[in-house]
Amino acid sequence: MSVRAFQASQGGVPFAHKLGEVKWSLAILIALIACVGFAVLYSAAGGSLAPWAERQIIRFMIGFFILIAVACVDIRVWMGLAYPAYVFSLLLLVAVEVAGRVGLGAQRWIELGPLQLQPSELMKIALVLALSRYLHGLAPGEVSRPFRLIVPLIMIAVPAVFVLMQPNLGTATLLAVGGALLLFLAGLSWHWIAATVATLAIAVPSAWAFLLHDYQKQRVLTFLNPDSDALGAGWNITQAKIALGSGGLLGKGFLMGTQSRLNFLPEKETDFVLPIIGEEFGFIGTMILLGMFAAVIWYGIQIAMTARSQFGRLLAMGVTVNFFLYIMINALMVMGLIPVVGIPMPLISYGGTAMMTVMFGFGLLMSVHVHRHVSVPRHSSGMI
Amino acid sequence: MGPFEKKAKSRHATFTRRTLLVSGGMTAVFGVLAGRLYQLQIENGDLYLNRAEDNRINQRLLAPLRGRIVDRFGVALASNRRNYRVMLVPEQTRGGVVATLDALAKVIPISDRMRAKVLKDAVANKPFVPLIVAENLAWDDFARLNLDLPYLPGVQPDVGDTRDYPYTEEFSHVLGYVAPVAAEDKSSPQETAADDPLLEVPGVRIGKRGIERTYDGAIRGRAGASRVEVNAYGRVIRELDRDDGTVGRDVYLTIDRELQSLIYEKLKNDSAACAVMDVENGDVLALVSTPGFDPNAFNVGVTPEQWNDLTTDDHKPLINKALSGAYPPGSTFKTVTALAALDAGVITPETIFHCSGVVRLGSHDFHCWKKGGHGAMNLRLGLKNSCDCYFYQVAMKLGIDGLQAAARRLGLGQLTGIEIPGERSGFIPDRYWKQATFKESWQQGETLVAGIGQGYILATPLQLCTLAARIAGGMQVSPRLVHSLGAQKLGRPVAEGIGFSPQALAAVREGMNAATNEPGGTGFPWRINNGPFAMAGKTGTAQVRVITREERLTGVRTNESLPWALRDHALFIAYAPVDKPRYACSVVIEHGAVVAHPQVQVARDALMFAQQRDIIGRPPAYPVTSASAAP
Repeated sequence: MSVRAFQASQGGVPFAHKLGEVKWSLAILIALIACVGFAVLYSAAGGSLAPWAERQIIRFMIGFFILIAVACVDIRVWMGLAYPAYVFSLLLLVAVEVAGRVGLGAQRWIELGPLQLQPSELMKIALVLALSRYLHGLAPGEVSRPFRLIVPLIMIAVPAVFVLMQPNLGTATLLAVGGALLLFLAGLSWHWIAATVATLAIAVPSAWAFLLHDYQKQRVLTFLNPDSDALGAGWNITQAKIALGSGGLLGKGFLMGTQSRLNFLPEKETDFVLPIIGEEFGFIGTMILLGMFAAVIWYGIQIAMTARSQFGRLLAMGVTVNFFLYIMINALMVMGLIPVVGIPMPLISYGGTAMMTVMFGFGLLMSVHVHRHVSVPRHSSGMI
Repeated sequence: MGPFEKKAKSRHATFTRRTLLVSGGMTAVFGVLAGRLYQLQIENGDLYLNRAEDNRINQRLLAPLRGRIVDRFGVALASNRRNYRVMLVPEQTRGGVVATLDALAKVIPISDRMRAKVLKDAVANKPFVPLIVAENLAWDDFARLNLDLPYLPGVQPDVGDTRDYPYTEEFSHVLGYVAPVAAEDKSSPQETAADDPLLEVPGVRIGKRGIERTYDGAIRGRAGASRVEVNAYGRVIRELDRDDGTVGRDVYLTIDRELQSLIYEKLKNDSAACAVMDVENGDVLALVSTPGFDPNAFNVGVTPEQWNDLTTDDHKPLINKALSGAYPPGSTFKTVTALAALDAGVITPETIFHCSGVVRLGSHDFHCWKKGGHGAMNLRLGLKNSCDCYFYQVAMKLGIDGLQAAARRLGLGQLTGIEIPGERSGFIPDRYWKQATFKESWQQGETLVAGIGQGYILATPLQLCTLAARIAGGMQVSPRLVHSLGAQKLGRPVAEGIGFSPQALAAVREGMNAATNEPGGTGFPWRINNGPFAMAGKTGTAQVRVITREERLTGVRTNESLPWALRDHALFIAYAPVDKPRYACSVVIEHGAVVAHPQVQVARDALMFAQQRDIIGRPPAYPVTSASAAP
């Protein structure tokens, strides 16, 4: 049955049919969230499309095209591309790191003509693809066998360490937590989970308390979070909280946020867009935005649960969990609940690579939905 | 169902279970987020709204104009002058601050000190903060600058206000001066309104001495405020609202500017003080202390050199001698001794005492100023000749108790209550003080010395003027300088009778009249030789050195032959006209006791001028008259 199903699904499904299978309600929801972003960037520029909103609109339109294009490509193709993409991203990551060491400055990106390519952004997608590909081939019990488990752990750890060395704590956290959650979803046994949690719970605080000198702790803190010179970051967070809080229930109104208009908010067009929304649209407006995000995540979970292949399920959940972590790290940061780590708000913050990565991720999610009936043999290596 | 399908099914089931678990976790984190939002925006929304408002709104205080201080006829003694200033906004300059300063220096004078300060401030401040480059410019310079303005981007002409004292030294001690707020002004309990927001206005000046200080609360007015919106860098975006504050109230003095200037002119080279009063109500018509200082200098800031000059001058220009200088009253005090003895009934005006030139008490000789003595003296002759021996014997009969009580009734040994800070109370000794201070009983010899105004007795020139006014008018008047604050007339107690009998007062006045208007009287050569304007007075000298027995044998040295600092002080109290007194006057010239009696001449000229000008009779320019002040 598997061979026949494989051939049937391969046999020329027309493009138009695939377009019809796209979950347009999710696509429209994503577009609506992006529109909120345009409005905020318009407001952040003092009521002007330039310099941010107009460029963001063009990027989103390109990103939307990518989403649809990715959605129409068979998930087995993505499965086949998983390892090459991972290796390619890792090489770029190393290249950037080496280039930085050799003296080209601490760059996080590679210039490709007019485009700036951030390997760490590519890696977010590539890691999810590669882990899904690897875990797809494992029976439930196998995930917990040490020799099977060591491979995905290395797949997560290597890029995470390289990203951490950039240094980019936020993205490293995203990679590590996102990867760990995929292992969990794939059926990692509770013994491992309990052991890991227990080890971390004992090792980290005791190392902190007994092994490190004060100056070393300070170094670690600075290394983990280089932007956190107490005054600068403290001021940023204070102003962000003032902006959010002063919005109250209904907000000060569109274009009326004094904190953003008078430049009290730092980096308002990138990391600190949420406070603008909080200031101008209040508790109600911010909750509506969070509700839209939650709806996207709900869609993602639905798609994951209805996919027939384990690869599809893991890929869909990987993308969804990454999106969720993105939102949470940014939101918790601007609300002063976690340190400033420099993660933008997906779909809203100004930024090219992040927009493309997020839209590509949604493309993969959509592809899982379009190809939800496709079953993939356990030992398949996809198709290219 | 094959084994793989079974496994695949269980794998799917595991995935579904764990996805639900992860969803639960995500829901929980969303809950945390929503809770935090609720806490920030709903619970603490008002707090953060206030902080956002604090962020964006800056309150800038605006200094109101100080009230003027004017004399009884409305002449401004302290007012506000336009202060032509030049500001420089670094970010608006073309070619930088240095180039602009160079270009500016070709148009207006810029001192090296100011230049250095501007360059320092330009670094210390944000580039949009205006810096003061020049102040108090002459109109010509300011006008020329305005012509060249198009070629000087970043330069802003500005007109401010600064305190102006047109009569400089003449009124320095009465008016005091204004100066920038010092740290102690804000903490001082004396300051009536230490929390006045006006004290925070940049560059504001407050009263530090004199009337400027006493009535600072009324003169300074109420600070206005401009609320502006600023951005994160402190740049002003727009003005939200503005309150210009309230101009301070004018202070109307009882002083006559012309009389004050006349007296100052005559005394300016001395270290001296003079007061002129209305004998009926105590209005001070002139209150001079020389030398004065230029109060305008304190407004802009006294240089260390100026300060050094002021503090090392042996004529002590910073001390208001009229009320802070306490001198032995000398023979002017004989009027007090006479009144006290008449009132106590120990003498009558006709009681005769003999003056042989010396009064012996036990083993001690008390000398008269006239070697060989005056012979037989009654009260009139005693005052006319200022006979020491006569008053030694009167004092001996009277005793210290009667003398000190009468002196206090006449206003000595206590503050007059004049509206200027720094007044001293002078000193009248008594038995209890002597016992408490020296653990010795009062000696009769000390009574004799007190009877001629020497020894422990000290009085200020203003007290002596009050004494003259009380003798002349028979009323318990006290000096006062301020008639009204704005339209508010200041009340004062109605003067009561002094309590001495009219006969006693008349006898003393007769003696004072004889001293100035009868040939041989101590003040006769410098009398007002014009019947209706004639003055009655009493001269005095106060020794500042001890005359030894040897010197007395060889002849007491004349003051002219001594160095300035060893000469006696010269004193004089007087009133005019003789028959219906209206003006009282006192003059004290430190180390001024010379034959020419300059102190009498000054009093003569002052009283003559006051009467001819008819200061009291002319309608004053007060905003409220006594009649209209009634409700």
